[in-house]
Amino acid sequence: MKQLIKLLPLTALLFLLAGCGEVNLTSLDPQGPVAEMQLSLIKLSLYVMIFVIVIVFALFAFVLWRFKEKPGDTHIPKQVEGNHVLELIWTTVPILLLLIIAVPNVMDTFTLANVDADENSITVKVTGHQFWWEFEYPDHDVVAGQDMYIPTNTKIIVQLEASDVIHSFWVPALAGKQDNVPGITNDMWIKAINPGIYKGKCTELCGEAHWLMDFKVIAVEPEVFDQWITNMSQPADEPATATAEAGRDVFQASCIGCHAVGGVGGNPAVGGPDLTNFGERTVIAGFLEFNDENLEKWIRYPAETKPGNKMPGFNLNDEDMKALIEYMKGLKVLD
Amino acid sequence: MKKSTLWDWLTTVDHKKIGIMYLVAGAFFFVLGGLEAMLIRIQLMFPESNFVSAQAFNELITMHGTTMIFLAAMPLLFGFMNFIVPLQIGARDVAFPFLNSLGFWLFLSGGILLNLSWFFGGAPDAGWTAYVPLSSAAYASTGLDYYVLGLQISGAGTLIGGINFLVTIITMRAPGMTMMKMPLFTWSTFVASALILFAFPALTVGLFLLMFERLFGANYFIVEAGGNVVIWQHLFWIFGHPEVYILVLPAFGIFSEVLSTFSKKRLFGYSAMVFATLIIGFLGFMVWAHHMFTVGMGPVANAIFAVATMAIAVPTGIKIFNWLLTLWGGRIQFTTANLFALGFIPSFVLGGVTGVMLATSAANYQFHDTYFVVAHFHYVIIGGVVFGLFAGTFYWWPKIFGTMLNETLGKWFFWLFFIGFHLTFFVQHFLGLMGMPRRVASYLDGQGLNDLNFISTIGAFFMAVAFIILLANIFVSRNDKAVSDPWDGRTLEWATSTPVKEYNFAQTPVVRDLDALWYEKMKGNKRLPVAEPLGEIHMPNGSILPLIMSVGLFIASFGFIYHTYIISVIGLGITLGCMLVRSIKEDHGYHIPVDQIEQDKEVG
Repeated sequence: MKQLIKLLPLTALLFLLAGCGEVNLTSLDPQGPVAEMQLSLIKLSLYVMIFVIVIVFALFAFVLWRFKEKPGDTHIPKQVEGNHVLELIWTTVPILLLLIIAVPNVMDTFTLANVDADENSITVKVTGHQFWWEFEYPDHDVVAGQDMYIPTNTKIIVQLEASDVIHSFWVPALAGKQDNVPGITNDMWIKAINPGIYKGKCTELCGEAHWLMDFKVIAVEPEVFDQWITNMSQPADEPATATAEAGRDVFQASCIGCHAVGGVGGNPAVGGPDLTNFGERTVIAGFLEFNDENLEKWIRYPAETKPGNKMPGFNLNDEDMKALIEYMKGLKVLD
Repeated sequence: MKKSTLWDWLTTVDHKKIGIMYLVAGAFFFVLGGLEAMLIRIQLMFPESNFVSAQAFNELITMHGTTMIFLAAMPLLFGFMNFIVPLQIGARDVAFPFLNSLGFWLFLSGGILLNLSWFFGGAPDAGWTAYVPLSSAAYASTGLDYYVLGLQISGAGTLIGGINFLVTIITMRAPGMTMMKMPLFTWSTFVASALILFAFPALTVGLFLLMFERLFGANYFIVEAGGNVVIWQHLFWIFGHPEVYILVLPAFGIFSEVLSTFSKKRLFGYSAMVFATLIIGFLGFMVWAHHMFTVGMGPVANAIFAVATMAIAVPTGIKIFNWLLTLWGGRIQFTTANLFALGFIPSFVLGGVTGVMLATSAANYQFHDTYFVVAHFHYVIIGGVVFGLFAGTFYWWPKIFGTMLNETLGKWFFWLFFIGFHLTFFVQHFLGLMGMPRRVASYLDGQGLNDLNFISTIGAFFMAVAFIILLANIFVSRNDKAVSDPWDGRTLEWATSTPVKEYNFAQTPVVRDLDALWYEKMKGNKRLPVAEPLGEIHMPNGSILPLIMSVGLFIASFGFIYHTYIISVIGLGITLGCMLVRSIKEDHGYHIPVDQIEQDKEVG
């Protein structure tokens, strides 16, 4: 009986938690067809497995209740060798149950592996670096760091690569993961139904800051996306204020060796996220809340803020720092 | 006197003493691994915690996994196998007593080497799977050298142990004990040993490749030089997946013995149990790539490995139902040993069903490398292997150590551990689905992951307290002498005296049925029939060489780690020298005279 009672929380918890977790992070609340397909497969296998659990636990509870030793009982039970009919039943029934899962699974595995382009599809090359993400749009010559912009209701073909160690690209609300393996290009596809910001994580241990290797998939209406792509490829790099103008000079003196803006600067050998649309990010370095204080902290002490990352600290005077921050906040491509 | 006792233990080739040494060393590493686990859970108790640094956390998870698998679970099982299997098959010894001792000392020196990394430049930090390139020289420091060499040495010890059990079980069974009359623990030891024989060479090869890459600049895994990083994963999992069965099959064997003894019934469907064990062992080799569904093998490979993996559920299910039917109609006694065996059934079923879910390749893309996986394998390894170790501990303690563990404390231990275990790991299924990757040093606040992580850590404290109660139990029950057959046992180990004489059986018994001792008891016979008249017993001499050989490799490892190859040469020289001595020195062992055996008999 105890075991039966234990079952109740299992199912209850599931329903309780189905609505739990952060909406744009949990895989229990899918926001696209891939994650939907995966959740339905998870549910199907879970239901079959609950069926198994119920039978085993019920039998187990009955046996314990019925055949526990009573005080003073010293009888020797009948020594049974086995029963072929029973053994046949509990061999064939599980095989049938497994087929219920195996058939749709094989079908889904092939569906998910279909990365053929259709007329609207867009290709994004995603490269994992220690400890940040690079998103390249090869058809449009656009490179973005940290945030992956995609149009809604469009098949996105994701090509996964890695520049150093193995990483793994996971956006639970949109799709399960695939690994970014050095020397190999893996393909997958995703699609977002609704506009929104979906959280992504690296799921393969990749070093010290592995736990902070977060990114975002930002799904926008197709018109907005087209606007974004156009502006990313030809950003208007005209600082709005004099301070920002001064900040640009600081940037070009200190940052441009690693970080590109609008296709200018950067160094593939050193690496460093593209900062063309930096001012539109919601977080710094994948995890810090976006504000002046954090940005300054990040520029001055990156090694302490996100241990293991490769950015050197910059000990700028207050004036330069203020100007740089203002310039960087102004790096936007969308209004 | 004290010195000679120590010398006796350092040189012993007695399988019972080696078994005890495996148990003691395994328990030590189990405590280490447990402490590492507690530090991990304390760090994850609250979001964005700074209890340990991210680097230290990566070292902790790597060492926790490596320690628990290689240095705790396997040696503890080896301890039981060493002590019990020769007794269960009515043998006086194992096939290769010298090698058996060598296996133990290799395991111990490898384990010590691995843990010394904590004190010299940092422990390995690339996860227990040590995926390249993260474990390559470009990304990981000396800690990984300790990993490569420590596991290589202790792995060699395991391989030697496995071969020894195979030969022992094949050649040294008592007259009448056909393969189909062997107790299930012996059967599962046999199959696990066969798995060791085939799986460990894959690990050996993988570790050699990584060692040559790290130390001598070979480029098996370096992409820029034409290497392939996925090769490591295949080699690792060709070893790593069978490893799961190397651990859990002997545990299944323990449960079969315990459930049968404490329900006073013969094991239901014995032959089906044997075949299920064999099939699980076989399939265990066929499914390694289900650890790699997301690595990009393509849909054909993923689909095949998915279905093959699911197939393992069938023989495992057969076992579960056979155990239930063993209990059916029995007289079930709730001893601590049996509580663990009974607690295993629902726990392992939960771990098994999530295994089928994980095998669903398309859904695995969501599960893989998340806390769902962490939950699954802890259900299997704690709910299966550790419960088995605890059941075995309470069951065989009287035979091994000659005292009875306290049952009241035992039950406290069981319930606290059982509740703590489910509290810790059940919620982790949901953490995984809610977006928590595994091997994260912390998690950000405000992602909905706080509460369940907190609950999980509370559960871990329950398990820690439970384990302390077990240690207390060992202490308080140290004077509670055991009789030779306290549980009304069924198999031959209970026919020996307690403590077991160094020659196990004065006369080799004849086996007439499965559960040989029970069979004779039911026939009303006081003693087992014997196959030979009382006579001199030949025993092997002890030797210090296995210990020195292991120390040689231990020294050589330091030479490799710090690139001082003269030290490596010295260390290897010591080992090879010992091998030479062993080869040319004649050692015929010694004989125990008849009158001493008769004297023993009167005392016993």
